[in-house]
Amino acid sequence: MTNRTEPEQVAGNGLLHRRLFLQGGAAAVGAAGLELLTARPAAAAEPPDVPQWMKAPGAGMSGHGERSRHESHVQRTVGSQPGTTGSGGSRTPLEHLEGIITPSALHFERHHAGVPDIDPDRHRLMIHGLVERPLIFDVESLSRYPLVSRIQFLECSGNSGANNAPEPPQQSAGQLHGLVSCSNWTGVPLSILLDDAGVRPEARWLAAEGADAAAMTRSVPLEKAMDDAMIALYQNGERLRPENGYPMRLFLPGWEGNASVKWLRRLKVLAEPIMAKDETSKYTDLLPDGAAMMFTFPMGVKSVITSPSGNATMRGPGLYQVSGIAWSGSGRIRRVEVSADGGRSWAEAALDEPALPKAVARFRAAWRWDGGPAVLQSRAVDETGAVQPTRQALLESRGPQFRYHYHAIQSWRVSPEGEVRNVYA
Amino acid sequence: MSTPDRFMRGSSLCASMHGPRGGARQVHARGPRPARLVAVAVCIAAGAASAQQRQASPEAADAAAPSVLTAPGESPQLGEPATPEQIAGWDIGIGPDGENLPEGSGTPSQGAEVYATKCIACHGEDGAGGPNDVLAGGHGTLTDAAPVRTIGSYWPYATTLFDYVRRAMPYTQPQSLTNDEAYALTAYLLELNGVIDRNDVMNADTLPRVAMPNRDGFMWAWPDWKQ
Repeated sequence: MTNRTEPEQVAGNGLLHRRLFLQGGAAAVGAAGLELLTARPAAAAEPPDVPQWMKAPGAGMSGHGERSRHESHVQRTVGSQPGTTGSGGSRTPLEHLEGIITPSALHFERHHAGVPDIDPDRHRLMIHGLVERPLIFDVESLSRYPLVSRIQFLECSGNSGANNAPEPPQQSAGQLHGLVSCSNWTGVPLSILLDDAGVRPEARWLAAEGADAAAMTRSVPLEKAMDDAMIALYQNGERLRPENGYPMRLFLPGWEGNASVKWLRRLKVLAEPIMAKDETSKYTDLLPDGAAMMFTFPMGVKSVITSPSGNATMRGPGLYQVSGIAWSGSGRIRRVEVSADGGRSWAEAALDEPALPKAVARFRAAWRWDGGPAVLQSRAVDETGAVQPTRQALLESRGPQFRYHYHAIQSWRVSPEGEVRNVYA
Repeated sequence: MSTPDRFMRGSSLCASMHGPRGGARQVHARGPRPARLVAVAVCIAAGAASAQQRQASPEAADAAAPSVLTAPGESPQLGEPATPEQIAGWDIGIGPDGENLPEGSGTPSQGAEVYATKCIACHGEDGAGGPNDVLAGGHGTLTDAAPVRTIGSYWPYATTLFDYVRRAMPYTQPQSLTNDEAYALTAYLLELNGVIDRNDVMNADTLPRVAMPNRDGFMWAWPDWKQ
């Protein structure tokens, strides 16, 4: 291990300058300087032995690829509501992933009556209500429209809500915060279709309805629909996964996931919101005086360290990479800071390129763990200047009943034994 | 909710959400449109600073840039006209004004019979005690540490109940209820919550006029809420 080019400490408890992760930085330090959290498996293939997989031809080609069988443990965490199999959610295993794109098979799920098995040839999208020309589209016709393609996150507004509890749940990063995922979405700008239909002047809202067994419905402001809303057809280059709305879904960048209605079949243009079940009895938040906020659409600026993170075990003192994700429903992530001493001091993290608007950004920091107790935190700032709040500040500002839109700083305590645990700090 | 006084009780929330960069705060009440719609208040971070911030954001610049893809006339115009019959077959949505409510009617006692056969397993006797959502009770709990958000204690519109029951319930047989059954279940659940009397009839005329106890309990966060 070389120390001669190791960056100086820039914050308490061993946080090093981010130039370690800027261009050439890692090479200057040398790969040997970075411990990986993943344990190196013992195998008989190590030098001087020649591994078995080099002594016979490997598997053939395939029409549709699968991940390595050694990665099958990387799974979403599934939770169903009582008495149902299709109502509930599954969470992305954030602690197992890197980069900014969530593999489609690991994108989080939130369904209200299961995943419908939709025949794309028979699926239709109807646009009607306050329009001059009510229209019906099929998948084939929408696929012929000029498509746009963007990398953007989707987050359920119930994400991280477990941290509202009085005691910190002992869960992994994915189990706590895995109702966020980030994909390359490709589809038709909704504004084009609304222009085709001819929206009347009195129109202000759309009621978006899915073709699932709950006919899940949300009201969407026309302003958002005409701004950056998309009828998404593709996810990460392939057609949408069934659990993400195949063959078409509404996608509202930066807004709470529930409003991006999957399996979209109908858009009714209205003057007022339809006041569906999910925007009145659910996805609304009580204030201390008993009043509630509704239509809390944008997702707040947020970040979480995914490595090391909850329920991981460190491999002993040494130089570590702290890695995590940050995102904001209001635009780009401008800066992420990392603390190893529970927020007393902060070091600026390096941001991977690209750091796109309303997308997950990947941050990295270098940390020399001395084996003592530490509390790791990350704090994101977006391009509007919004700063991710502490848990205490968030709860104080909203009161104890605010259920959704939890976006406070996550604290991971590292014990001298190397155990990483969720704590409120 | 329509008065500034009521809204200002939540002003600490606004201050924290807008933070030090929020400009002058205003209280803005939307008028009832239509008349029965709850008047709602939103908090606005007004002031030149935030306006300039919005204009200067890179995203705003991107949005203002001309795009050949979204220019008028570029659409291939591939939508097929939707006929009134097609629309009528699919349009199951009911808003607070009650427009589009179907013919039919039901009473609480009729609804109790439907409930006993199709709902009780998930929602329990008298709308509570089942494995799924609690439907009744919870009155006066919205300021408690553990509020019970039910139809009677929380839901602002009776039309939502009919809309949801008809489109999504029973869980294993959605869109199987007759309109009479949907009205009857709606009537039963409203009566269970003490919102209507046991002899009231729910139909397209009466349902939109039901005054829910928590109708004025909601503020719109859109369009100015920021975190």
